Amino acid sequence: MSKLRPDLQIIADNISPNARVLDIGCGDGALMAALRDQKQVDARGLEIDPANVASAVSKGLSVVQGDADTDLSAYPDASFDYAILSQTLQTTHRPDQIVNELLRIGKQAFVSFPNFAHWRVRMSLLIGGRMPVTRLLPQTWYDTPNIHHVTIDDFRALVRDGELKQEGQWFLTGDKQTGRGLANLLAEHAVFLLRR
Amino acid sequence: MSEDTRFGLDKKVRLLGPLPLDSGGELAPVDLAYETYGDLNADASNAVLICHALTMDQYVASKHPLTGKGGWWTDMVGPGKPVDTDRHFVICANVIGSCMGSSGPATINPATEKPWGMDFPVLTIADMVRAQALLLDHLGIERLHAVIGGSMGGMQAINWTTLYPDRVKSAVIVASAARHSAQNIAFHEVGRQAIMADPRWRGGSYYADDDPPSSGLAVARMAAHITYLSEAGLTEKFGRRLQDRDSKTFGFDADFQVESYLRHQGISFVDRFDANSYLYITRAMDYFDLAEAHGGTLANAFKGSKTRFCLISFDTDWLYPTSESRTIVHALNAAGAAASFVELSSAFGHDSFLLANPEMNRIVDGFLKAGESL
Repeated sequence: MSKLRPDLQIIADNISPNARVLDIGCGDGALMAALRDQKQVDARGLEIDPANVASAVSKGLSVVQGDADTDLSAYPDASFDYAILSQTLQTTHRPDQIVNELLRIGKQAFVSFPNFAHWRVRMSLLIGGRMPVTRLLPQTWYDTPNIHHVTIDDFRALVRDGELKQEGQWFLTGDKQTGRGLANLLAEHAVFLLRR
Repeated sequence: MSEDTRFGLDKKVRLLGPLPLDSGGELAPVDLAYETYGDLNADASNAVLICHALTMDQYVASKHPLTGKGGWWTDMVGPGKPVDTDRHFVICANVIGSCMGSSGPATINPATEKPWGMDFPVLTIADMVRAQALLLDHLGIERLHAVIGGSMGGMQAINWTTLYPDRVKSAVIVASAARHSAQNIAFHEVGRQAIMADPRWRGGSYYADDDPPSSGLAVARMAAHITYLSEAGLTEKFGRRLQDRDSKTFGFDADFQVESYLRHQGISFVDRFDANSYLYITRAMDYFDLAEAHGGTLANAFKGSKTRFCLISFDTDWLYPTSESRTIVHALNAAGAAASFVELSSAFGHDSFLLANPEMNRIVDGFLKAGESL
């Protein structure tokens, strides 16, 4: 079993066995395969890139090619225990609506995203005066799929304004978990578990 | 197991039926011509049914007796292929209504002892599937490891999952749809009218003097063949290049390569296909609408389905475009069925599903193998 990306490992650790899971933006299905093999999870995936879909399907995973912006409406209400959106929120056209969709389809939702208020991002803009290009946000401004950059505090505000319940939050710097203190400044990456 | 070492075996069976038909009538007896490859295992759990498209036949991986050409899907079916004849017991039956040995308009009507012609009952895709189920009963196969089909074969495959949900573990549906679109019905109607406008068609009674409506059938094939390709594919293959000449003739000969190619497609088709079968099978496809049979909501067709689904479409296929596959996928998602779907890139339009495509093979291979460990 190859090692999972750290944010995916956090999600995997916090999903109960035998759950029904929809992984939106599942990539090549690494998390789904781990959940299936380690926790007997019934996992389904949605992924936009056909090469990734092909890789996932050839591993025996149930993944459909589609777009979170247009293809979530087909899934019935509360049809999954968890809906997962990892490192995809910032690429969607309407992240607020997507979060609502996650909590319509899933009883709970995991959302992970790179934090645009991390100090290195801030410094890059402040000192360099250029759009930040970092390890987690490696593309330049003109070819990035990340059209809605978001900070941890922005996301917390979205949760608050949407009257959603926060069931868990985890923060990462490098590949290590860090504390909640000054997370908006110090964390590169955040994982939230939400419920309505 | 079998001592016959031929690949394919060219089998034929007459089943008593009767086979009840959607039109209200019934068919009895039911002749089915089929090929099998590989051996059925002890618990009959390795059977894979391949469903063929409109003008294809049971010779999916073996030589066609009339054309002498190899099987039509040898990139997908054979030893070591995704449908692995070393691992699977592969069955491919000529659909009823067709003309390669199964009951159809050219076979003998037991009531008159003459060819059926247009007295043959009008069929549906579901009728074809029910006939295949009779064959599986005959072969002692209760449950299919997989049913696989492209185009009209995909319609049969998906109809298998709704008519016999407990008999299908996995279904692979390639370049297909859950209903025939108005555009597809329209193209079929052009083909049928071409056949029926040929004076030699004679209301379908042309078998006695062996003088079939070949011109009409050839035109039908030419028109249909265009729909199997893509503009990019035609441009790449032929462009505006002239056929065996340096300049235009200012006449109506096949000046252009694409004309010559289409004429060849038409002429060679009539040597292996029956015009009445073309009428009956295109009609069956036109009548296909899986949602209609389930209260107008496609998702109802898959309610509670335990079958694993794998759908594949091609980006240049305008006959069975990706949107048709996506409609099925949305219905499967709504029903909570285990679905996989990918749109592959290929320049060759609808015909892409018949051509070598490593990505398609990788997907089908992984999908089938994963099903074996369940």
